[in-house]
Amino acid sequence: MLRLQALQSVYPKLEHRVVITIMGAVAAELQSIGHRPNFFYLQHAMGLASSMGLGVALTRPELSVVVFDGDGSILMNLGGLTTLARYRPKNLVHVVFDNESLLSVGGFPTATSTGSDIAGMAAAAGIPRTTTVRTLEEFTTAFDDALAADELTTIVAKVDATGPAGFVTDLALLENRFEFQRWLRTAGASRTSHPAR
Amino acid sequence: MPVSIPSSRLIYDALKACGVGLVSALPETWLVHLIRMAEEDPEMILVRLAKEEEGVGLSAGAYLAGTKSAMLMQNHGFLASVNGIVSCAQLYRIPLLMLISHRGEFGERDPWQTEGGGVTEHVLQALRIPYAYLDAPDHVAHRIRKAQTLAYSANKPVALLLCRDLMWEEA
Repeated sequence: MLRLQALQSVYPKLEHRVVITIMGAVAAELQSIGHRPNFFYLQHAMGLASSMGLGVALTRPELSVVVFDGDGSILMNLGGLTTLARYRPKNLVHVVFDNESLLSVGGFPTATSTGSDIAGMAAAAGIPRTTTVRTLEEFTTAFDDALAADELTTIVAKVDATGPAGFVTDLALLENRFEFQRWLRTAGASRTSHPAR
Repeated sequence: MPVSIPSSRLIYDALKACGVGLVSALPETWLVHLIRMAEEDPEMILVRLAKEEEGVGLSAGAYLAGTKSAMLMQNHGFLASVNGIVSCAQLYRIPLLMLISHRGEFGERDPWQTEGGGVTEHVLQALRIPYAYLDAPDHVAHRIRKAQTLAYSANKPVALLLCRDLMWEEA
């Protein structure tokens, strides 16, 4: 499965949700499909995208939050899985694109290439719903199920270790941050006409 | 364990008066009462962390979503959070209110705290993080309020160092 295809397949469902991504290919590919003001790309601070998602999910339970994480990032914050599990916000879907490599810095293999199982670690941390998917069809089904489940879910999507040619986009980091904050400020008002789920 | 309950109460009440709605914490001796106060407060979202750096992400998410937060940590937790502070909070101009127990200063008896105490302020200075001591009850409330005011007007992290003279009741 290509990560770009996976993102494209769920893109229409992201319109009224809070979306937080990690840096690198995920951010660049989502922007290539089409940036929206409700998308925030954490272009550094590896490991903290899931913590940011938790911060939004706990303080804004009326919003639906989707985090697009990666194997390299979550491996830097495995303890964060236990924090997610501890508070298990029902309004958070945690997707981990696992390409078994640190693609943007030379493609060196991560520990998932030698058997470390992120979904297994998430389940053992106490995250109530976890799954590993390998095909586009499995991914879209798992994503829909997670949105409908009303329970914290970690989906590990095994994807090819390929990505865009470059990672720098023309969306400035601070432009993204202030636009995202502004969207969150008014997000509650638009919720009635566009339910989160 | 002579951690000052009155001083902890002063700090907690000051955070509440500043509209803090989320506290992230990793336990440390001087923070026990503050964490219990947050735990017993039905209006407060308390997030217990596995590692302090997570608190940077949590506070960033909460802030962008409209909730003021505070981070309770030991200075070694601050040292463990440096990348998150730089590459999340500072890169994205996110205000953080960090309350850092300043272990390892004069009076410290635990040998394992002494190295961190000696570098904490140097690291804060290197990161250009404005900071002040909380070392006496009379200035707790207004220093917390003023620190938070600067954090929000400047969109950047600020730190308050919780000192032994305030936190520890011992001759």
